[in-house]
Amino acid sequence: MNGVPRRRSTLPGFGLTMGLTLTWLSVIILIPLAGLFLKTFDLSLEQFWGIVTSRRTLNALRISFGLSFLAACVNLVMGMVVVWALVRYRFPGRRLFDAIVDIPFALPTAVAGVALTQLFAQKGWLGAPLAELGIKVAFTPVGIFIAMVFIGIPFVVRTVQPVLLDLDVEIEEAAASLGANRWHTVFRVILPSLIPAMLTGFALAFARAVGEYGSVIFIAGNLPNVSEIAPLLIVIRLSEFRYADATAIAVVMLLAAFIIIFAVNRLQRWAQTRIPAH
Amino acid sequence: MTIEVRNIVKKFGSFAALDNVDLKVGDGELLALLGPSGSGKTTLLRIIAGLDWPDSGEVFFDGENALDHGASERHVGFVFQHYALFRHMTVFENVAFGLRVQPRGVRKSEDAIRARVKELLDLVQLDWLADRYPSQLSGGQRQRIALARALAIEPRILLLDEPFGALDAKVRKELRQWLRSLHQEIHVTSIFVTHDQEEALEVANRVVVMDKGRIEQIGTPGDVYDNPATAFVHGFIGESIVLPVEVRDGAVKLGGRKLDIVANGAAPGAANLFVRRHDMQIGPAGSGSLEGSVQHVRTFGPIQRAEVALCGSEGKTVIEIDAPRDRELRTGETIGLQPRRYRIFAAPE
Amino acid sequence: MSEPQALTFTPRDNIHTEPRVIRFVIVALAVLFLLIFVVLPLIVVFASAFSRGLSAYFAALTEPEALSAIRLTLLIAAISVSLNLVFGVIAAWAIAKFEFAGKTFLVTLIDLPFSVSPVISGLVFVLLFGAQGFFGPWLQAHDIRVLFAVPGIALATIFVTFPFVARALIPLMQEQGTQEEEAAISLGASGLQTFFRVTLPNIKWGLLYGVLLCNARAMGEFGAVSVVSGHIRGETNTMPLLVEILYNEYQFVSSFAIASLLAMLALITLVVKTILERRLDEGQVPSDD
Repeated sequence: MNGVPRRRSTLPGFGLTMGLTLTWLSVIILIPLAGLFLKTFDLSLEQFWGIVTSRRTLNALRISFGLSFLAACVNLVMGMVVVWALVRYRFPGRRLFDAIVDIPFALPTAVAGVALTQLFAQKGWLGAPLAELGIKVAFTPVGIFIAMVFIGIPFVVRTVQPVLLDLDVEIEEAAASLGANRWHTVFRVILPSLIPAMLTGFALAFARAVGEYGSVIFIAGNLPNVSEIAPLLIVIRLSEFRYADATAIAVVMLLAAFIIIFAVNRLQRWAQTRIPAH
Repeated sequence: MTIEVRNIVKKFGSFAALDNVDLKVGDGELLALLGPSGSGKTTLLRIIAGLDWPDSGEVFFDGENALDHGASERHVGFVFQHYALFRHMTVFENVAFGLRVQPRGVRKSEDAIRARVKELLDLVQLDWLADRYPSQLSGGQRQRIALARALAIEPRILLLDEPFGALDAKVRKELRQWLRSLHQEIHVTSIFVTHDQEEALEVANRVVVMDKGRIEQIGTPGDVYDNPATAFVHGFIGESIVLPVEVRDGAVKLGGRKLDIVANGAAPGAANLFVRRHDMQIGPAGSGSLEGSVQHVRTFGPIQRAEVALCGSEGKTVIEIDAPRDRELRTGETIGLQPRRYRIFAAPE
Repeated sequence: MSEPQALTFTPRDNIHTEPRVIRFVIVALAVLFLLIFVVLPLIVVFASAFSRGLSAYFAALTEPEALSAIRLTLLIAAISVSLNLVFGVIAAWAIAKFEFAGKTFLVTLIDLPFSVSPVISGLVFVLLFGAQGFFGPWLQAHDIRVLFAVPGIALATIFVTFPFVARALIPLMQEQGTQEEEAAISLGASGLQTFFRVTLPNIKWGLLYGVLLCNARAMGEFGAVSVVSGHIRGETNTMPLLVEILYNEYQFVSSFAIASLLAMLALITLVVKTILERRLDEGQVPSDD
């Protein structure tokens, strides 16, 4: 080979920036996470299994995953209502409400936690009337559910909104010209093309709720086996210096998170093949 | 400045964008790289500019190895297909950019830079747009600013990637003539890439026709049009009538019938006969080696274009021919056809 | 969010929209939901903070403990935002301007902290630097404090805010392509000149956007910081941690006073974010093909 060039790309800095990126990523993210997995090897398989399947851990996981699922379902339905109203209708304050959707993203979780607790406490603005109806929210699993709904609001709205905005009006006109009534058009033509985005939003809201800590612990009551979420149990085990226990629960939650990321990635790829971007 | 490209190979994955390309460009030439998309012409241009790097091969500027230098050291003016004007800078700053980034010591004084930019904007006749931003310009104006910007660094070579590709037909024609006269004025060795044969033939001194990563023919516009070296060139440049023939013992047969033309040394076997539309001599029935009935005639300008169904061809081969207006063609009429100029190329396997 | 294209409805348009009753119900549901779940908690924060009047509010904010928490929060935000800013830009340059195998995987790795529970983000550093951790004994022998001190809090914050800047820049830089950079290089500019004169001006709004969100999260992070801070009063308590401590001690006014500052930060962040999003939408080049 003669004259094989020394440089392979026009823009400079690939080696340097890639090297720095990988180094920084390793130091901050990969090595610490690897340390977590390494730590579990301190435990035998039976020990690990014993921790994960102990009554308190199982209940905490059940509460975290179960309530997160319920909250994500509510977020899916209400998110669709909100996104439909924001995209399809004109009403006073629409742009303000559009901005408001992001507040759960922006508000620090501890602030959300104390605010929701205050609101739903027995003497709170909403807690008092609900108490009269015999519904107790704060310091019960219902409170956890409420907090999870709060932090999950933006996900479905923000994933579906751009897709719905991009949807061609001609599709609806075509459906109408083919004799579909509005009901058919919405449920057979529009909603099916939103499904990938809806599922993605659902998965993101679910994942966020499972890992959520700050906004939940104030309102939860934190009664073991009843209203104790998995992240709180990790913190409790840490404060008891039972690092192995904390690590085992963390690994289970991390694996669940990875599965969700994987599912979301697949969903997005599926959406791209089904509805090619224009 | 002369350019010499030797044995350039460039692969993207398993796709060979350039397959052993050799090319010499003389000082002060205005050369066109012509080919369909995917023919490798833009890749070749980018390799000369230093924006892409070949897998193997050599590039020389005036005998000096250009691959020893990166794009920023080659002093090559490059005009991008979509102009790549800096959107956050005014027209003036865009043109001044190449002068401002020069190392201290070489860099001109602010006054000299201003004077030079003014001069360039005058050259492209857009001095009145100096304070505008690229988004406020029309396509043709952006094109000329991009050219002025490339010229600011006093390039040894000027490379233009589809310079008129994104413009509408009328602006295109104007800019073609303008580019030609500009080249005569500044006389920098220039290469431009185009997929538009008319553009290549009209503007360039020499045309390089490319296909599938290879050079098919290099020649003057007249050469490549009148003496296409390959079937691809004949088909790509100008409109051609293509008839499947068979060459045997120096004779040419169409559908079993011997034609009254010579094989011109074409290899025996299946081949294609290429004739320009206007190179079909028209006569009364029986006068040529082909015969056909006129199916449809459209008349515009100095010519009439006729669809002719060839007799004796199974499956009715229909060809389009251009005939002068002096002999009126009528639908249904049977005419004789004789190729005046033609080429025979072996059929692709 | 970009403005949706204006659909004009005639009163009886049943092709493009639903019957008026359904429209009303949907809007009412959406508005009610957002009011109860989002607006009301926000109002509670300010109402509780000011429930004993302005003087109590400002007294709560000028407590030494509050001031030290504010200082620590600003310090942590300054450290983590500036580091993530630099590395976010570097990562975005490598990812957006070059083609290489495994790019999608790398982006997934960068996004990883978003999917990790904040508590786990803190836990990993406890496992590394805690007394029983991998580096714990060595750190103790050399008398270096990471956990329950500023470095630990900063590390946990950097972890949770890691993706923001890179995430804001990568799609923007990919969309802008490499042509302008190539043009600059071919005009003789060096790599740094190209970055500072051509790339940076083009991404400045996106960069600001990433920094804004990164900062909001850095100042507001609770779970991860809670695990590594050790809650040493007046020393390692950030504002969100102080909100918790005061709330648990039934000092509601003080707690909500600090919370109101954080809520204000969130609101300002949202306003600026909306403005930046509009800038970014405008900044998109009209494609000419």
